[in-house]
Amino acid sequence: MILEMIVPLLAATVQSGTPILLATLGEIITEKGGVLNLGVEGMMLVGALGGFLVCQQTGSPWLGFVAAGAVTALFSGVHALVCVNFMGNQVVSGLALTILGTGVANFLGTPFIGQEAPGFDGFSVPLLSDIPFLGRVLFSQDALVYISYFLPLLVFVFLSRTKWGLRLRAVGEHPEAAKSAGISVPGYRWLGTMLGGFLVGLGGAYLSLAYTHMWTSDLSGGRGWIAVALVIFAFWRPFRAIGGAYLFGGIMAFQLRVQAMGTDLPSSFLLMLPYVLTIVVLVLSYKKGRIYAAPAGLGVNAEPEE
Amino acid sequence: MKKWRVVHSEDKGVLRGPAVLIGALAVALGVSAFMLALQGKSPVQGLTVLFSGAFGSSYALEDALVKAVPLYLCSLGVAMAFRLLIWNIGAEGQFALGAIGSAWAALTFPGLPWFLLLPLMAVCSAFLGALWGLVPAILKVRLGVNEIIVTLMMNYIGILLLEFLVFGPWKDPAGFGFPMTAMYSDSAIVADIPGTSVSWGIVLCVVVGVLMSVFFRFTRLGFELKAAGENPKSAPYARIPYSGLVLLVMAVSGALAGWAGFLEASSNLNRLEVSVMSGYGYTAIVVAWLARLSPLRIGVASYLLAALMVGVENLQLVMQIPAAFGDIMEGLILVCVLAGGFSLNYRIKRVPG
Repeated sequence: MILEMIVPLLAATVQSGTPILLATLGEIITEKGGVLNLGVEGMMLVGALGGFLVCQQTGSPWLGFVAAGAVTALFSGVHALVCVNFMGNQVVSGLALTILGTGVANFLGTPFIGQEAPGFDGFSVPLLSDIPFLGRVLFSQDALVYISYFLPLLVFVFLSRTKWGLRLRAVGEHPEAAKSAGISVPGYRWLGTMLGGFLVGLGGAYLSLAYTHMWTSDLSGGRGWIAVALVIFAFWRPFRAIGGAYLFGGIMAFQLRVQAMGTDLPSSFLLMLPYVLTIVVLVLSYKKGRIYAAPAGLGVNAEPEE
Repeated sequence: MKKWRVVHSEDKGVLRGPAVLIGALAVALGVSAFMLALQGKSPVQGLTVLFSGAFGSSYALEDALVKAVPLYLCSLGVAMAFRLLIWNIGAEGQFALGAIGSAWAALTFPGLPWFLLLPLMAVCSAFLGALWGLVPAILKVRLGVNEIIVTLMMNYIGILLLEFLVFGPWKDPAGFGFPMTAMYSDSAIVADIPGTSVSWGIVLCVVVGVLMSVFFRFTRLGFELKAAGENPKSAPYARIPYSGLVLLVMAVSGALAGWAGFLEASSNLNRLEVSVMSGYGYTAIVVAWLARLSPLRIGVASYLLAALMVGVENLQLVMQIPAAFGDIMEGLILVCVLAGGFSLNYRIKRVPG
């Protein structure tokens, strides 16, 4: 009986945690390169719309998914251009990107509000879904969720085992030292920003193509900001992002379920939960001194030498 | 072989600042026009409607002034925090709490004469606004928690709190179920200046603006605040510790945004409802950065951005263009001004490679 309630809740947790996980992984890559991109919220919306439109026009969810990443990577190029090439303030540029991305998605998306796109549907993985309990939670999802299971490992391998990832981190930790070692600081910061943007865009696409299959305005509902907070909570480590993302997926799934069941608790307070939890999670992270794990060069533009 | 190099620029001509600003605005306008074309609307007609809507009639000029009032107060507060490099992007939530505080006073003491009730509403709104600013400030100075995310989360929470009140306990029983409070009593309404639709709140703007200028220019505390923002290492030599400055700045910042919420609910809506939130708190960030944080320039920039809002409303009416077009323009202006700042501080030089 209890199991009958918990299994769907946990399955919904994984589903609503997936876009947050993708966005958090993206922002980890960007920040590891020393670029703070606060535009995640706007970028997710751009990705969600891009994916939705391409999917609707071509009828191919996969094309939509990849296009969302590509469009968002290009969009995050605005941030790279402003901060890496024009030495603009990273905080303000990120905020501008959020305002701009929200505007672009709502503006271009207005005619499509309420329309549907094919999107991704769930299917059970043979054998694995027969595992008691876990099978129904983890392996009766859609294809994008299965992909997301591999991404933390992929990001980890990229950041700590590949030449490009190690150079990206060098640029994020000590831009000057990296430069004297012959590594192109602007080049790698562009790479980190766009690669991160790609993953954030995939997270956005998950919202419109798998979570809703439909376009509505303000689809992200603060998930982008939650991802920015989770990067700190995750200690800038890909594997720790998993726990954080599913924690928020859980609270969102829980909140929807309680609302659907009908309760005396006003819905405003239920809707507040993820935002309050974000503050709590941040406070806990800082209390344990995790902030020292931040890349040393984060948020600081590499000055040209005199 | 010669190479291009980026170097710091010492030469700061008088005309460079305005030239960069105009260039940035032109680029932003151009890209916005392109967005209109993407939607199948005529860009030329769009910009014409935008500008005539913003500046083409005395009604429009006045309407922009009405919208500039809350924008100016929010922006002044945000700019004060930015001076100290404290990224308060929570003006929207502080605005909501200010509206809530003033509504509480207005609904609880409707019978008080205006000269008692309005000051009480001002105090309540400033108090709740400041409180909303102090929560992230305390977390910042005690634990080092990133204020950007906390102030932003406080926006969501504040707006939901406002929604809870107008959908629930404060809903007008005679309001046909609409989510709004009862109409304020006459003594709770900040009146318009006779013959105009601009409220007396604009006088508050002028007073606060002058006080802020005097504070930064002539008081020791204001000077220390500026110095601490420009060089955090100088903070230990100041009389007030850095953490004290952070608390002060966030409280004032929140109180100012709170006043904006108070004025907006009282003079424009005459009650509290969800539509009191129209994004002034976010636009204030654009204004503050555009004006490079100076109180006087913030006045000019507030008016311009308010005029943009009025122009976008006209676009909505005449050409059925979504309101989000205003966000696009704001974002673009901010991006272009940031990129344009480069040519103020650096130049590109050819050097032997």
